[in-house]
Amino acid sequence: MTAGPTPAARSNTRVGVVTFPGSLDDRDTQRAIRLAGAEAVPLWHKDKSLQQVDAVVLPGGFSYGDYLRAGAISRFSPLMEKVIDGARAGLPVLGICNGFQVLTEAHLLPGAMLGNDHLHFICRDQKLRVENTATAWTGDYVAGQEIHIPLKNMDGRYVADSRTLDMLEAEGRVAFRYLDVNPNGSLRDIAGITNEAGNVVGLMPHPEHAVEPLVGSGRTDGLPFFTSIIKKLVSA
Amino acid sequence: MARVVVDVMLKPEILDPQGQAVQRALPRLGFEGISDVRQGKRFELEVDGPVDDAALARIHELAETFLANTVIENFTVKVEEEK
Repeated sequence: MTAGPTPAARSNTRVGVVTFPGSLDDRDTQRAIRLAGAEAVPLWHKDKSLQQVDAVVLPGGFSYGDYLRAGAISRFSPLMEKVIDGARAGLPVLGICNGFQVLTEAHLLPGAMLGNDHLHFICRDQKLRVENTATAWTGDYVAGQEIHIPLKNMDGRYVADSRTLDMLEAEGRVAFRYLDVNPNGSLRDIAGITNEAGNVVGLMPHPEHAVEPLVGSGRTDGLPFFTSIIKKLVSA
Repeated sequence: MARVVVDVMLKPEILDPQGQAVQRALPRLGFEGISDVRQGKRFELEVDGPVDDAALARIHELAETFLANTVIENFTVKVEEEK
């Protein structure tokens, strides 16, 4: 039984969610996808096939206990080879928190994630500004829109060299920026970025935790991630 | 059997808050005169067979692709002399 809003439109869209050993938010992500009106397809990191899904989400958590570096071991899982090949060919991929770390470790997104500058785990409702609505995952937002999304992480400090940061800014590839406070020391308040083509997006905050009015802050500011990808795929 | 040591350090321009926390604790513990601390990782690899150029090349590749993230870290590879 699914509570919450009735999906605006049912679609035949199939969105895969990869579970790694230590993933935490795979179930919440599947639920968010269903609430948005698509079919959620559970994928296991050892799978050899993407089961012909239309898009993939790499969920949050602490895959492999963050050993070595967050995302460093997951990045070499058998299914990630398929995700990397697919992403380079245009498959929409969203990385949330640990998923974002996996995407930077796989070099599908530039830069890297390091421990929060204050050395503490952080868990809060975070205000963000949506700065790029042209990606596969952000079309249902309005440019400049301010949203609240839960943030919870240990290794959320986005870093890249200044040339890379300048390139991201110049190309409009900073998709989300922290507002009011910088919660982890991320350079230039970067909360999320996109690749050049706009099919691969990664961010530290958790949109899958902000999809129902009953839980969390009562906002559903995260739902447009999942409705965006459905619209994108249906109109493609 | 030989041992190869891979040391991984954050690049100099990357902020290291753990190293800073260690450095700040030093005066409290009575250790004066240390102006900076950077914290890194050390990997000790026990290698089967001879550590020849080919083996070292493979270890270099391993370090570059996996043990270190060269976006943020530098690494060194050295063979430890047998005692």
